[in-house]
Formats: sequence, C-alpha cells, structure tokens
Amino acid sequence: MEEEFRIIDHYLMIRLPEEIDHKSCQEISRKADRMLLDSEVKHVVFDFSRTMFMDSSGVGVLAGRYRKVSCFGGKVFVANANRRIRKILKLSGLMKYLEFMEQEEENEKRDQD
Amino acid sequence: MKNEIRIEMEALPENEGFARVAAAAFITPQNPTVEEVCDVKTAVSEAVTNAVIHAYEEKGGRIVIRCSLENGLLHIEIEDFGRGIEDIPKAMEPLFTTRPELERSGMGFAFMEAFMDSLDVKSEPGKGTRIIMEKKFGSTLCGE
Ligand SMILES: Nc1ncnc2c1ncn2[C@@H]1O[C@H](COP(=O)(O)OP(=O)(O)O)[C@@H](O)[C@H]1O
Ligand SMILES: [Mg+2]
Repeated sequence: MEEEFRIIDHYLMIRLPEEIDHKSCQEISRKADRMLLDSEVKHVVFDFSRTMFMDSSGVGVLAGRYRKVSCFGGKVFVANANRRIRKILKLSGLMKYLEFMEQEEENEKRDQD
Repeated sequence: MKNEIRIEMEALPENEGFARVAAAAFITPQNPTVEEVCDVKTAVSEAVTNAVIHAYEEKGGRIVIRCSLENGLLHIEIEDFGRGIEDIPKAMEPLFTTRPELERSGMGFAFMEAFMDSLDVKSEPGKGTRIIMEKKFGSTLCGE
C-alpha cells in the first residue's frame, strides 16, 4: 500500500500517496478511521511530502477526519504540503480548521516572494 | 491546425487517473506551465469522478471525453449517460453534495470553475450530463 500509517504519542501520522483522488481516498479514510478507534490517538497529521496531485476527494478526507477528532479536542495537522496543495486547501475553505507545521509558514512566505 | 482526441471509457475509479493523464499529455504541445497542467488535471479528475460516483453510482457506465486544441484554446467535454442533475445551479454551489456519506466535499464544480476559464453544465435527469470546459494557453506575452 502506498500510504503509511504510524502512531507516535497521541498523533496518528499519515503519509499520503502521490495521487489523492476518489480511488485512493476510500482506502485512506477506512484505514485512518480504524486507527482512530485506538483511544491513544488524539490528533492526526497529514504528511503531503510525496503528494503531487489532490482533487476535491482529498478535501473530503481531511474534513471528515477533522469532524472526528475535533469532537474530543483533537487537531488536524498538515505537513509538507506544496504550493498547489495549499491552494486547494485554501479554495475549499479548510484553512481555518487545520494546523500547519512550523516549516509550512516558512514555505508560505517563500511562495509569496 | 486543430487537434482533437476522443476517449471512451468505463466509469471506474481506476480510469480517473488515466483520464487526467491523457488530458495532460494532450496539452503538452502548448508548453503549459506546471500550474496549468495541474489545473487541467484537477478539472478533468473532478468531472470524471462525478460521472463515476454520481451519474452511475459506482456501478459503471460509459464516459466520453473529447478534447480539442485550436489556436491555444483547449476545449474539453466530459459526457455521461447516467442519472443527470435536477437542479444545476444548486449542484454547482460550493459545498453542496448529495453524497455526504461518501465524504464528498461538494467542491468539484467549484474547482472546475476556479481552474478553467469557462465551465458549462448541460444535464437532463434520466439522460445524462455534459460538462464543457475551456482554457486558453499562451495568453501571456512570453507564450507561444
Ligand atoms: N455527472 C453527474 N451526474 C449526476 N449528478 C452529478 C454529476 N456531477 C455532479 N452531480 C451532482 O452535483 C453535486 C455537486 O457536485 P460536486 O461539486 O462535484 O460535489 P461532490 O462530487 O463532492 O458531491 C453532486 O453531489 C451530485 O449531486
Ligand atoms: Mg465531485
């Protein structure tokens, strides 16, 4: 399987696949929800370091996980999202629900230059 | 000279990736920017995914994709012969989805609109849907 799931402390880390579309999303959500049943997990980190493509299916996955973890005070983090992915997240109005890893803010500044 | 391709495919999730790669390959002679390639791939992915999920409810069916290029203008039509759309303006509203249980975000049409220069939706309930999109390449001065 292309994406990888790991639990570190209270964080479920999901390394997303190269292409996030309807086809790959079904598997990501299913696996993520199974791991979220683990009571240890509070937050989710979506790592986009390998991701080259994402359509609105991916937006549904992030929004769905946010709905689940936010009920218990959990947060959804985004790491290593390239400029394109951030554009998609912005357009979909998800930014205010997501936490960007520190390095992301630097990327943001760099993009604007 | 005008170039044209026509692809007919089964409405299956595994063909969504093929459709967007085919569209990306079709526009390469225009020397598009990385951003423009992503725009076209996303728009095609949205329209084809909608046919797979909404038109045929993931049970398969026929999708016809037509792409043409003339004088830097890309014209794409994605047609299905599935259930059709009752209220097109409603369907096109951002965040509107009839399949929230599948975690659809309702952003498909919004993305097609944002990433292409024009979007037109023709649909008839019980007959099918045709998505017509256009994008102009090389409109910048350094283009061509
Ligand atoms: N090809 C189609 N056939 C039938 N219904 C469609 C089609 N495309 C879109 N729709 C309808 O329009 C709605 C909005 O589409 P979209 O913006 O892509 O959001 P989503 O796919 O996330 O639901 C869908 O929920 C569906 O009801
Ligand atoms: Mg859609």
